Amino acid sequence: MRINESVLIAAPSETAWNYLADPENYLRFMSGITHWEVVGDRANGLGARYRILVRVGAAEVGGLVEMVEWHRPFDIAWHSVTGVDHRGRWRIREDGKGRSRVEFRFAYGVVGGGPAGIVAELAAVLPMRRQMRRTLSLLKRQVEHEQRRLELERRRAARSASRAEI
Amino acid sequence: MYQMEREGPAAAALRFVRERVSRRLGARLEDRDPDYIREALPILWLLSTFYFRAEVRDLGNVPADRPALLVGNHSGGNVIVDTFIFSLAFSTYFGVERPFHQLAHNLAIAWPLAGEMLRKSGTMSASPGHAEEALASGAPVLVYPGGDWETHRPSWEGSKIDFAGRKGFIRLALRAGVPIVPVVSIGGQETALFLTRGAGLAKALRLDKLARLKVLPISLALPWGLNVGDFAGHWPLPAKVTIEVLPPIDLEREFGPDPDVDEVYRQVTAQMQEALDGLAAERRFPVIG
Repeated sequence: MRINESVLIAAPSETAWNYLADPENYLRFMSGITHWEVVGDRANGLGARYRILVRVGAAEVGGLVEMVEWHRPFDIAWHSVTGVDHRGRWRIREDGKGRSRVEFRFAYGVVGGGPAGIVAELAAVLPMRRQMRRTLSLLKRQVEHEQRRLELERRRAARSASRAEI
Repeated sequence: MYQMEREGPAAAALRFVRERVSRRLGARLEDRDPDYIREALPILWLLSTFYFRAEVRDLGNVPADRPALLVGNHSGGNVIVDTFIFSLAFSTYFGVERPFHQLAHNLAIAWPLAGEMLRKSGTMSASPGHAEEALASGAPVLVYPGGDWETHRPSWEGSKIDFAGRKGFIRLALRAGVPIVPVVSIGGQETALFLTRGAGLAKALRLDKLARLKVLPISLALPWGLNVGDFAGHWPLPAKVTIEVLPPIDLEREFGPDPDVDEVYRQVTAQMQEALDGLAAERRFPVIG
């Protein structure tokens, strides 16, 4: 099963990328997430590993994931290494006028789960989609806040520079 | 000269049954099948989420990198829904790759189909030897000291911890040098109307001697109506099940190098009772939760 959700963010793709590339931010915007921990020496980038858990229905589902794509500033993708099989992807694209579109793709499934596996996959769509929408809405809020902070910083720096010139 | 004693047909039949049963009970660590567990997760998740509206809290209290003895209160008669819910939660939280074993009554393991499923899920017949072997391999082990005594308690005692004074789990944790992690569950005793354990009846029928059964429970359960023994199980009512994992208890650190088993027993059961009272206070209606 694959679920796609996207959101338009009033910030350039670079800001969205920088926010998504920092593992410390994930607990702030990933809805339903109960655990996000860096495993190993790499905090981010290709090959970085994280232990993640998301509450879905009666269970906290997740496991060890590894970053398998890291194309700045467009794509971040991960695959599960252990735990429940799944893949995820962030697609970040410029949308003009300093805006960006962030797409969250999530695919999961249980090979050999039989009819119950198919029913479970379908039954999990609604709660998963709800979590993903909430995640994107929180991400939008956080990245736009970050963008405002950066602009303020830039204006402050410009003011200081012009004062120094005078 | 050595003379072979001839075996009568009754003795041969008994020996055959004994051999078959002991082979069935001989669950080994390697009988656990992670792929089987992974494939069973969807049906367990569906039942846990939609039928039992289950909630498992604080699984992070189970040590992530060392073995532990998980001690639970046993509920639901012979249809132990909370065990299946906990197994699901454990497997999705830590991954099926992490070994995890449970101990169950010999009779459960000996059933032809259910026994095979239980063995693949990591269940072993209840014995200190099996538990020690699993703990020594580094796996957490879930035990229910209350066993058949507790799981068949009347429904109105559903929020009562009753290990019947069984303290073997404490000696086991001390020998293995592992912490005890209490696991408290509520709702299982509402999957049927359990009326009585039938302890007197079991004694009168010598079931304790013949089959290690100290009870012959009587309940009102689907689809049987009046259910004596619960040997064939029952269809559980959709009772809301809530499970809470309490912080680990390091026996030597908390009770000294040579802990008093009675004191540990009082402390562990008191902590579990307190947590169970908390869960009971959250419930407003039977079954609905």
